[in-house]
Formats: sequence, structure tokens, C-alpha cells
Amino acid sequence: MTDSKYFTTTKKGEIFELKAELNSDKKEKKKEAVKKVIASMTVGKDVSALFPDVVNCMQTDNLELKKLVYLYLMNYAKSQPDMAIMAVNTFVKDCEDPNPLIRALAVRTMGCIRVDKITEYLCEPLRKCLKDEDPYVRKTAAVCVAKLHDINAQLVEDQGFLDTLKDLISDSNPMVVANAVAALSEIAESHPSSNLLDLNPQSINKLLTALNECTEWGQIFILDCLANYTPKDDREAQSICERVTPRLSHANSAVVLSAVKVLMKFMEMLSKDLDYYGTLLKKLAPPLVTLLSAEPELQYVALRNINLIVQKRPEVLKHEMKVFFVKYNDPIYVKLEKLDIMIRLASQANIAQVLAELKEYATEVDVDFVRKAVRAIGRCAIKVEQSAERCVSTLLDLIQTKVNYVVQEAIVVIKDIFRKYPNKYESVIATLCENLDSLDEPEARAAMIWIVGEYAERIDNADELLESFLEGFHDESTQVQLQLLTAIVKLFLKKPTETQELVQQVLSLATQDSDNPDLRDRGYIYWRLLSTDPVAAKEVVLAEKPLISEETDLIEPTLLDELICYIGTLASVYHKPPSAFVEGGRGVVHKSLPPRTASSESTESPETAPAGAPPGEQLDAVPTQGDLLGDLLNLDLGPPVSGPPLAASAVQMGAVDLLGGGLDSLIGATSFVAPPAAAVPANLGAPMGSGLSDLFDLTSGVGTLSGSYVAPKAVWLPAMKAKGLEISGTFTRQAGTISMDLQLTNKALQVMTDFAIQFNRNSFGLAPAAPLQVHAPLSPTQTVEISLPLSTAGSVMKTEPLNSLQVAVKNNIDVFYFSTLYPLHILFVEDGKMDRQMFLATWKDIPNENEAQFQIRDCPLNAEAVSSRLQSSNIFTVARRNVEGQDMLYQSLKLTNGIWVLAELRIQPGNPSFTLSLKCRAPEVSQHVYQAYETILKN
Amino acid sequence: MFLGLSICRGFQTEKDSLRSLTVSTMIHSLFLINSSGDIFLEKHWKSVVSRSVCDYFFEAQERATEAENVPPVIPTPHHYLLSVYRHKIFFVAVIQTEVPPLFVIEFLHRVVDTFQDYFGVCSEPVIKDNVVVVYEVLEEMLDNGFPLATESNILKELIKPPTILRTVVNTITGSTNVGDQLPTGQLSVVPWRRTGVKYTNNEAYFDVIEEIDAIIDKSGSTITAEIQGVIDACVKLTGMPDLTLSFMNPRLLDDVSFHPCVRFKRWESERILSFIPPDGNFRLLSYHVSAQNLVAIPVYVKHNISFRDSSSLGRFEITVGPKQTMGKTIEGVTVTSQMPRGVLNMSLTPSQGTHTFDPVTKMLSWDVGKINPQKLPSLKGTMSLQAGASKPDENPTINLQFKIQQLAISGLKVNRLDMYGEKYKPFKGIKYMTKAGKFQVRT
Repeated sequence: MTDSKYFTTTKKGEIFELKAELNSDKKEKKKEAVKKVIASMTVGKDVSALFPDVVNCMQTDNLELKKLVYLYLMNYAKSQPDMAIMAVNTFVKDCEDPNPLIRALAVRTMGCIRVDKITEYLCEPLRKCLKDEDPYVRKTAAVCVAKLHDINAQLVEDQGFLDTLKDLISDSNPMVVANAVAALSEIAESHPSSNLLDLNPQSINKLLTALNECTEWGQIFILDCLANYTPKDDREAQSICERVTPRLSHANSAVVLSAVKVLMKFMEMLSKDLDYYGTLLKKLAPPLVTLLSAEPELQYVALRNINLIVQKRPEVLKHEMKVFFVKYNDPIYVKLEKLDIMIRLASQANIAQVLAELKEYATEVDVDFVRKAVRAIGRCAIKVEQSAERCVSTLLDLIQTKVNYVVQEAIVVIKDIFRKYPNKYESVIATLCENLDSLDEPEARAAMIWIVGEYAERIDNADELLESFLEGFHDESTQVQLQLLTAIVKLFLKKPTETQELVQQVLSLATQDSDNPDLRDRGYIYWRLLSTDPVAAKEVVLAEKPLISEETDLIEPTLLDELICYIGTLASVYHKPPSAFVEGGRGVVHKSLPPRTASSESTESPETAPAGAPPGEQLDAVPTQGDLLGDLLNLDLGPPVSGPPLAASAVQMGAVDLLGGGLDSLIGATSFVAPPAAAVPANLGAPMGSGLSDLFDLTSGVGTLSGSYVAPKAVWLPAMKAKGLEISGTFTRQAGTISMDLQLTNKALQVMTDFAIQFNRNSFGLAPAAPLQVHAPLSPTQTVEISLPLSTAGSVMKTEPLNSLQVAVKNNIDVFYFSTLYPLHILFVEDGKMDRQMFLATWKDIPNENEAQFQIRDCPLNAEAVSSRLQSSNIFTVARRNVEGQDMLYQSLKLTNGIWVLAELRIQPGNPSFTLSLKCRAPEVSQHVYQAYETILKN
Repeated sequence: MFLGLSICRGFQTEKDSLRSLTVSTMIHSLFLINSSGDIFLEKHWKSVVSRSVCDYFFEAQERATEAENVPPVIPTPHHYLLSVYRHKIFFVAVIQTEVPPLFVIEFLHRVVDTFQDYFGVCSEPVIKDNVVVVYEVLEEMLDNGFPLATESNILKELIKPPTILRTVVNTITGSTNVGDQLPTGQLSVVPWRRTGVKYTNNEAYFDVIEEIDAIIDKSGSTITAEIQGVIDACVKLTGMPDLTLSFMNPRLLDDVSFHPCVRFKRWESERILSFIPPDGNFRLLSYHVSAQNLVAIPVYVKHNISFRDSSSLGRFEITVGPKQTMGKTIEGVTVTSQMPRGVLNMSLTPSQGTHTFDPVTKMLSWDVGKINPQKLPSLKGTMSLQAGASKPDENPTINLQFKIQQLAISGLKVNRLDMYGEKYKPFKGIKYMTKAGKFQVRT
């Protein structure tokens, strides 16, 4: 006599037979028929065709029959909306039934009938039920509001049901409160902006009271609702925490986790100095541990959440390492989570235990788990520095087991350990190399190849090892191919003599025989680098790598804080905020932890004090080099490069033996053969500039007084800063023309072409008057002398110091920047001689505060010689007087921008020290004029 | 103004109707799936979710080597599948929005417990036999995804569990399983207890059951050991009795989870369990004695399992003996061990009990029975390995099951049980038992 009899069918056609039975006069037969219908429905058979017949059975006094019909209605009303109307009357009648069970059942079922047409008829019965005298009916009606809202939100709002629902939060019955909260939460979720759950200290108090008395499920709703509240200060937070903590002892794990969420969130507001903070921390651990003795499915969710909690507050579980030890018959999903948490909890104090465990796991049967365990050892080494040595030796032990997948994982993690602790454990490389042949997984092979390449200089037979991999190059996975390419290039840069062939082989394999674009690109880049600038290649390929840290597997702090607000939810299982995966992203509000706000009476904790940066002392300082360079970078460097793009030429050359001579020359320290495109001089056809003729003028004029003093060339741009280009130079003024005399030396191993120059804006508007003319490509070690004519017609910007000049020089390799100072006398113009009257008047006219006095020491010249020497640099003596045995020279000069400078030079015979007084309307030039005097007189 | 408002509204309703396609219910649907992958029951609380959603579950089931390893949370494009695996049945809940997964999983466990409570066992044939009751119960347990009545006391008032007698009576009288009384308990301050309970024999029994979870390493030292304890009660008392239970050593219980009936404040202040009990069977308390406390280990295993590289034979020898048993007998001992894949067969002789070795699953199982401290049970013999194969990499772990009657290994002892609120004198009884939980010995 079991229900299985309802499944027996006759040949005649089930539906037909059921129809007949449903319309039977006998009550008993009817009920049996409805049961059969329900049974069919349960297993997914479509019995919707019987809708009218079943609805006909609805008007009955038999509670069970009524329930069964209701069950049927809920399932099929949607597909038969017109028929469903037939049921409305019965619902309305049932809502008036003296038996509260029937009233509740009616209101419950009504809400489940998701047919728009009939919802309107249900409003009145629902309104009555929300105010029913029986709490059982009220709590059922509260849920019904949420159901109705889901079907027709506008209707619910218009009918004022939301307000009624809010009133139910103050209901005397805790179950009604809990259901009202649940319904409001569900509605609020779909209306994130609405202020449905307007939580204030009063309503919070009501919720906390109901929390103690309602069912476990109600407690979850209330706790989740509490978690959305932000207490106004730490006192309120603490008092809520105090009332929530007893929930940690609940048997229902969902209650426990929701309570943990509230506590974790509100704890944020509590000062760590508070005694209560410590108490709370202690209380959190036991319930979390207890969750781990529950069923595996619960454990899994708990572990995912514990993973977040230990990242946020590691102190909670720091003594509980052992509960995360893996049992061999834990389901794999539990094992992996436990492993992850073990690593997060690993510290110097417990690392020995952890390592012993991990080593044990590495001998388990489940291959996936074993691999994760070996990786975990590596992560421990990276996390706990003191344990690194132990971890490495554990890994070596595991390698000795020769279990293939263990060895491979171990090698992968050892690679990371090498990166984390450079130059510490490389002694184990030999052991690793022994296992080279057994590696068959791409990741392990790639790791091993990386190790060989990185430490090529320590491995005697590195070339042989890498060569052995090269044989099956095309059968390797991309990961291995890329790593092999890099490793061999590294090897070549470290041991160029023995490995040319190898590097050529790998480059051609990568660029010519591979159809993988990444591989080809990397191949070409290396090739290009090696052929153009081996120094740069070394810098790039063998650059120091950033250290890795265990932080990489931590959740980013802001995300972590958000996830803490979602403890216990799906978001916490996936470690993603709900916006990342909830369908449609509907109603998702980013949650954040509350800021710590102390109540007014309590003393402010140090953390809350504003941590303003110390007032900047360098604010008034001169612009830094970086700023200036920034300006320069905006300059348009001309002339534009002509000729085909370089990369293209390299590709064309791919088939040719690009490295042929190049490699030899690298070894022989002679030049690389330049790729043809690079050899095309950019400005071959450009007309010769006037600079060159000036240069000839200069040479012809050497030794005459017509030129001002020329300082010897100084190195402005050292080769090491400009990829092999050295620039030295000086400034000259000859016959009214300012020139920059440059000497370019190619100290790189490649040809330089396409030179161009540009000045930054400067105080006197200096600018190149012609392009930089380098007539032939500059081959390595070659030097070229160029005189660049300058004009003062460029745009003016005051620099600091006044005479500084920033220059950008470009060639085929790069753009380089340097900064230099020009002597001011190159700006002294030829017509700088003032007549006496004018001089006197001007001298008086210029206020005395503009006068500056300088001492020129150790100058052996007499007044005559001084005067003539200065005159050649366009400083003209206007008058000369002898006062009390002292020679007074009155001099004038004019700058290119029209500024006059007047000078009084006092020379005492027999005293090598002169006194220079300068008067100028722009006093800031005085210092530089003085320096010009010094320079001219002393050289 | 009016126009604007109405447009606004129109827009909103449309948006809402769009939204209702995806809107929330805690638990949308439930599928019961057997281990061969057949859906044998489905229940939908809102709209019908197509069975095809289970395909994602079947995929995961296929990927997992064993049923236990099917992940409990499986995402699908439009739903999440949360499942528990108990009694060889997967209970798969379909959810569509962000809900607390523990909520769902706890609920599923509650469903399983309820079935077991109703039908004695929870199995596919039994569920199929009682499909209408199952359906009615599920309907009462969840309303629109909100748990409604999950306490079996209340459920049983709403829907009477099937008994042979009742079935007979029902057929004769035409009455039904469905109670027509309001489940009064659900609304009272003690929702877990119905009013008007009457017994001729008033009795209250408590079972203190402790399970030891332990990992013992090769050398026999304890890596971790903890105790999961529960106090299960069977209380059949008339009226509204108010009980207090006190312990000799309540300090052991620092990590406890209570039945909602326990007054937490009283426990906090006096360490006394004070409660109005539910009627019938319930779990009063579960507790956890953590690894930090010293846990007594009642048994030891001496083992010598060795493989030699040269030979295709390995030696196998284990002996089980009592350790800290406080003078009690260890019974119901079973030893199981998953042998390495390389082991072809085993030829063993037990000093007592029976043993089996399944050459396919490589599972060795030895039913030892009682341990006689004078004559320790042992299992000795050889293992034959694949000829020429290298020695197995993995070390088998030995899994132990045992029972010790009249002992709570943590030392927990009930001091006294008192009853207030009613005049009669009940029978009282306390039983202790210690069992192995996950008790593993590494070799």
C-alpha cells in the first residue's frame, strides 16, 4: 500500500483514465486520482491537460485533497491562465475560512500562482491576511507580498503593501518579524535604490530582540539584514556584536556564518585596543573550526569563507593550523581548499609541521592533489623566508623519489624559489639537471629551460642541455618554445664564443619555421636586438627581474573588504563580487566595510588621526630633470626618418644570414654589418647648410682676434648614456655668428645614421639655424666634427640657471637628451660699445641696488692686455682712468637680446686680484657676465 | 506632469516584467538524482526549471572520479546548482540569485533528515514509494523558497508520517495523512514543542556520543586528533517539562552548538544546560574538543608494509592493540586500506575476524571485531606486485573504525538531570559511546 501504485499505468492511456476518475462521484476515487496526477507531475510527466478536471476537485472540505489540488495549481496555473481564474473564487473564500491553517494555505498558494490576470483579485484577501489575528497567517502573508511583488511590483506599491510589510517588523511575533525582514530583503534586492529596509537604532533593536526567538532560518534573514546596517559609532557596533555572538553557538551552520559576517564587518569599527576586540577575535575561532567537522559540502563553503577571513584577519585562526590538515578520504574539493588555507596560515612558528604534512600529501594517490601539495611547498618557501632552505631540501627529497609528476611540479616551484631568493639555492641546479630527461610536461620543461638559461654561466654544459631540447623544437608546446628561445639568447649573451651556432639555429627555427606569431615576434625582436645593439640586448634580456612575493595569490585588499561583506554568500564561494556573476548585474550595490568611527567620548585611536604627508620641502626647488625632459619630449624631432620601416627590412632579411658576420664581429669587437635599411642615410640629398661654411671661416680665422674665446670641447653626453653615441662640444662666436661645435663619436658596434638635433626653449632664444648635417653614416669608432650654426631667434623661456640649454639629439637608435651650460660671452654682440656720455648717464640711471661686485683673482694681466683680450670677446672699454695708482676700466657690452651691461674693472698693479662692478637693468645676468670675464681673462 | 509620471510608470512596469524573468527565490527547484544519473524526483517552488539544467551536474559527475568528489557548487549560465550527496542520492537545488549557499545546503540536509525521520530510511525506492507524502512535505518545508516548517515535530503535525497501521485505518475510514490542526508549536515561544503532549511512561534518555578524528603518523605519534561530540536525546515527557542538565566537567565544552531550545544565557553564566525539550528525538548539543586539548587515542596500529625493488612480492603485517581505553573494551573494529595500484593481490592470514581484498578497487578490508588485549589481532601475509613494475610510489593509509561503549573519550560526564514544571517522576538515562570518526594511520 505505498504511493508507488500511483505510477502504474494502463495501456489504454493514462490521461484518459485519470480524467474519468477525477470526474467520479466517489470522493475516495477522486482523491486517489488526484494523487496519481501529482505523482506523475513529480516525475516530470506533463499532466496539464487535466487542469479543468483537477480544479473541479478544489471545492472540498477534505484538507488533504485541497492541498493536493493546490499543489497541482501551483505547477500548472502559469500554462493555463484562463482556467486559473476559475480557482480565484475558492481562494477568496478560503481566505475567510475559520481555520487559520486554511487561510494561511490559501494565501500561500495564491502567491504562487504567477498569473497576472488573477493577481488583482488577490489584493483584498492578502490585505486581510496581513492584518489577520493569527500570527501564522500573518507570517505567511508577509512572504506572499514578496511573491506578489515579484509578479507585479507596481501593484504591490500601489496597494500600500510595502508599508504594511514595514509595520510587520514591529510585530509581536518573532516569526512574523523574521518573515517580514526576509520579504523586505528580497524586494529590496530588486530595488537597490529604494529605502525599504530603513534601518535605525530602534528597528535594529527590534530585529535583535526577534533574533533570539525566531527560527534558525529567520535568524539567517535577520542577521543578513543586520549586516547591511552601518552602526553610527563603535559603541553601537559593540553592542550589536554582543547580541549577535550567541548565534555563533547555533547548530545551523548558515546561522553561524551569517553571524560571523556581521561580526567581521562590525569589528572593523572597533578599536584594536579595546578589550572587547580581543574577546571577539577569540570567540570567532571555535565556531569556524566546528564548521569543519560538518558534512563535506558545508565544509567546502566554510573553507572558502575561512580563506577570506584568514586573509582579512589572520590572527583569528593562527593557532588552528591542525584542523586544516587533510584527511585522506576528504573529497578532493575539500582537500584543495584546506591546502590553500594551510599555506595562508603558514608562519615561522608552524612551518615545520606544515612541511611535514605537505611532504606526506606528496605521496598520496590522487595525482591532482599531490601536485597541489608540491606547489604548496614552493609557496611556503616564498611566503616564509626562514623556511626556504627547509622547503628546498624537502623538494629535493621529493625529486629523489623520481615519481614523474612530483619531480615535474618540484622543478616548477623551484624556479619560483630561485626568483624569490636569487643566488642562494643555485647549488641544487645539478640535481635538477639530472632529471632533465624525465620531464614531459610543458610547464616543467619550460621551468627547467628557464633555469638553465638563467644560470647558464654556472652550468658547464648549458649549451648541450639546451641543444638537446632544440632537436624536437617544433613538437614542443609554445610555452616551451618561447622559453627555449629566451634561454638560448641568454646563454649566448653570457657565453658568446661557444654558442653562436645555437643561437642562430634557434632564431631561424623561431622566425622561419614557426607559424606561431608570438614565437616569431619574439624571435625577430631578439634578432634585431642582437644585430643592432648587443649592449641593449644584454640590458633587456638579462635585466634584473622583479622579485616575486606570496602577495601575488592574495586577494586585492579592496576586493577582499567587499567580499568580507558577502561572507556566506555565493560571492564568498567564488571570491568575486556579485556584480561579476549575478545574472544581469541587477540590483547590485557594492558593499564596503564601515569606517571606524569612535563615539564622541572615546579617545581617538591613533589610526584615525589624519596621516598627512610632511610638508614638501622641495616645492620651491628648480624643476627636476624629469620635468625638463618632459618638455623636450614634446619637441618635434626633425627631419622625419625616410626609408622603409626598420622592422620590415629585418623581415626581408630574415631569409638572409643576418647574423653571419655580425656574430663574429661581436666577438671580435668590430662592427656589426648594418641592415640595409638602416644604412640608408636619411638626409643624403639635403643641401649643405651654412654651418659648414662657417666652419671653414672658423678655420681660416683661427689665431686672429676676430673670434671670441672658445672653450675646449667638453663631453656633454657620455656614450654609456646614449647607447654608444658620445657627444662633446663647445660654443663659439665668430664674426657675429654663434655656433655649437660638436664632435660625435660612435662608440657602439653599429652604424649610426639619421641624426637630428633640437633645443628646448631657453633664456636667449638659442636655436639651431640649420639642420644637423652628418654627411655619411657614422660607423663604429668613427668621429665626426660638426659646427652647428645657432640663431637667437628661437622662442624664449627663462631657464634656471639662466644659461642652461637642453638639447635633444636623435639618431637611428634612439633620442637622447642632455643639458649643458653656454658661456654668456657668445651672446655679446659686436656693436656693444657705448659712447662715454651715454655710459655715464646709464650708469647713474641704473639704481645702485642693481650693482654687483665680484673679485677676479689670480689674473696676472695688466690693464692693456685685459682690455684687448676682453675686446676680442666683444666687451668694449669705454674709458680708462688711473685713480691712486689703480687702473679703472669702464666697459660696456650688449647681449643679443639688447640688454646692456656696464662694468667697472679696478686693477691694482702688482695685485693679481681685480674688482669687477657690474650694473645692469637685468641684474640676474650679472653673475653670468662675471663668469664670462673670468673665463675670458683666465684662458 | 501627469503625462511624465505615467510614462515613467509604464517604463518601470516593463522593466519589472523583464526583471521577473530572472528574479529570485531562495531555492527554485529541487532534483533528486541517483548515482547512475537518473532524475527520479523534481520539485519546483516557482516556475518550472527544465531538467536540462542538470546536464551541467551530470558533466561534473562524470568528471569526478567518485560521487563524493562532485563539487557542491556548480555554476551554469543561468543558475547555480548546489548539491549534497547522502544515502547514495544527490539532492540538487537550483538557485538563480545570490543566496547563502550554506542556507541551501543546510536546508537540503534537513530535507534528507526529514525523509529519514518519516520513512525510516532515505533511499530511492522509499522516496518513490512515498512520493505524494514527499511532495507534501517538501511543499510544507519551503514556501517561495523560504523555509517554512523544517522541525520534524511541526511537520509531523501537518503531515502524518505513513505507518502501516495508519494506511490501513485510512483505507477503512477514508481519513487522510494530513493533519487539520494548526501547528501550534510553530507560533509559541517554544516553537519546537507542541502542546498537549501526553505519555503514560515518562522517560528522558541522553546519548553522549563522541567521534575521534585523528591522523597518526608512520611512527605512531599523533599529528592531529580532535573529538566531535554530540548529545542526542530521546525525550518523551508529558506536558511542558523544563529540564536542566549539568556536567561534572563543563570546561571541556568551549566550542558548542546548541539546539535552539537551550537557554544560552544560562549556559554562559552557569555552564548549565537549561531547556524545554522538543518532543521525541533531537540533538541537544554538538561540541568539538579541539586538537589543542590533549586527546586520548584508544587504539594503536603496528604496521609493516614493505615493497622491495627486486622482488614482485611485498610483505604486509598489521597488528591492532588498545592504548588509552580507560579499561573499556574496543569492539566493532574494522580496518580498511586503499592499497597502491601496483598491488595485484594479497595473500593474508588474520588471527581473528575476516578479511577481503578487492583486486579491482585495491581495497583491503578486515573485519576484526573485539580486541582482546591478551591476544592482539593481527593480519599477516604477502602482497603480489606486478612483475617487473617498479615499487609503488604511494604509501597506503590505514583507516580504522571502532566503538567503545560506556566511555566518552574526552572525559565528559553528566552530573545530574533535573526536571521542573511538571509533577511526575520521569525515567532518566545517560549512555556514553566513543566511535572512530576519520581515524587514519599513515604508513
